[in-house]
Amino acid sequence: MYNKKVLETFAHPKNVGEIENADGVGTVGNASCGDIMQVFLKIDGDKIVDAKFKTFGCAAAIASSETATEMIKGLTLDEALKIKNSDVVEELEGLPPQKIHCSVLAEEAIAEAIKDYRSKH
Amino acid sequence: MRVYLDNSATTRLDDEVLKEMIPYFSDVYGNASSLHAFGREALAAVDKSRETIASLLGANPNEIYFTSGGTESDNWALKGAAQAYGKYGKHIITTAIEHPAMMETCHKLEKDGFDVTYIGVNSDGLVDPEEIKKAVRDDTILVSVMFANNEMGAIQPIGEIGRFCRKEGILFHTDAVQAAGTIKINVKELNIDMLSLSAHKFHGPKGMGLLYLRNGVKIEKLIAGGHQERGNRAGTTNTPGIVGMAKALEIAVRDMEKNNEHMRKLRDYFIDRVEKEIPYCHLNGGREHRLVNNANFSFDYIEGESILMVLDLNGIAVSSGSACSSGSLEPSHVILATGASMEQAHSSIRFSLGKETTKEEIDYTIETLKAAVEKLRSWSPLFKQTEGESHYV
Repeated sequence: MYNKKVLETFAHPKNVGEIENADGVGTVGNASCGDIMQVFLKIDGDKIVDAKFKTFGCAAAIASSETATEMIKGLTLDEALKIKNSDVVEELEGLPPQKIHCSVLAEEAIAEAIKDYRSKH
Repeated sequence: MRVYLDNSATTRLDDEVLKEMIPYFSDVYGNASSLHAFGREALAAVDKSRETIASLLGANPNEIYFTSGGTESDNWALKGAAQAYGKYGKHIITTAIEHPAMMETCHKLEKDGFDVTYIGVNSDGLVDPEEIKKAVRDDTILVSVMFANNEMGAIQPIGEIGRFCRKEGILFHTDAVQAAGTIKINVKELNIDMLSLSAHKFHGPKGMGLLYLRNGVKIEKLIAGGHQERGNRAGTTNTPGIVGMAKALEIAVRDMEKNNEHMRKLRDYFIDRVEKEIPYCHLNGGREHRLVNNANFSFDYIEGESILMVLDLNGIAVSSGSACSSGSLEPSHVILATGASMEQAHSSIRFSLGKETTKEEIDYTIETLKAAVEKLRSWSPLFKQTEGESHYV
């Protein structure tokens, strides 16, 4: 049910981990639903210079986290907020219908991390 | 290395079974209902298979009805009994850990005005027969308890439940789909009125099953049409499938002791090593009253489907009770029924061994699993390792 791109992204994520003293951290989901996504941002001025994640969830959740964090690197905060879950799905060349919510979580985690940063600055 | 540890999902068709089936695809291709020689040849094979199966189950040949598999048999038994006996009462007793084929059928019957009681299980996944006895009402027409659970392999006290139901005059059905390959079943000794089987769970062909229906028990038919199966189950007779199921059951019973010993030894070795070598894991279900080929673990801090996928990327096939792998929102109702948390249910993985599983395969699986769990935990926001201590955050 997963395509090659999703499997490859899940198998070898580059952005997994934490950023120490991250400028913004966003956590969404909960364990009883089977998904928790945590996004860490390093922000310089208005720009996302690094993004990492930690995810409790299925292969689609991990692949979505990896893809979304990869997509927002180098973007301004406003640009990053324009990245929608459908963009993540497109980048992954599609997700099974029941996995679309994983890409939504990725979008929400990024928004939360940016909100966290903005609340402190 | 490719390792198949999903034998509760389906098994490889036995070479002997395949050999037995082949002539019935293209040589003996007549319709078993036809009067001519072509048909009679097919019918002879079907009759012989029916006798073989009946004798292996302790039944009479005219109590065996061939179906398309376990799901059809469960649907037929429940809906057919509800229709036939509904005038005497509207109450059905089953368990909280049944297969979806049973659960969804029960939900349909509830919509049709039946009252279904779902008996819970203890932490080992076992039904207490006393609870069934207590749940019986004046209008109870049917008790249905699975023989062995498909997710954690818990073998239910079918003998005691059967004895009780017979004494009370209540119809007793059991979904024996997971049990047939590794447990010798005698329907008479166990006081079973209806029993569902599926051939592909014991190295037979897919799309082939049966319903045992004790003489004297009359249920409505599920599938209308021709007069096949003595007018009770329409549809052209699946001659190769029937021949294959008979052969598969014959082999399963013939080699049961040897295969069970082999699988139990490997399975126990697997459980012992996983418990010893992987921290924060839980065996779902008890070690006693468990199918010899089943091990089901939950691994804290990580989600089941991601474990399944990492194992899959390494050539190992297992299944998971996580909501993510089933496509539903809820994780395994079976694991939850044992009192496990949602997290534990989401992280459950079933390893089901087969008669062809080797120690090399189990060793490779353990090593791969250890690495997979460690990697996924390092990716999980729930897992914090501090000076060797772990805890939920």
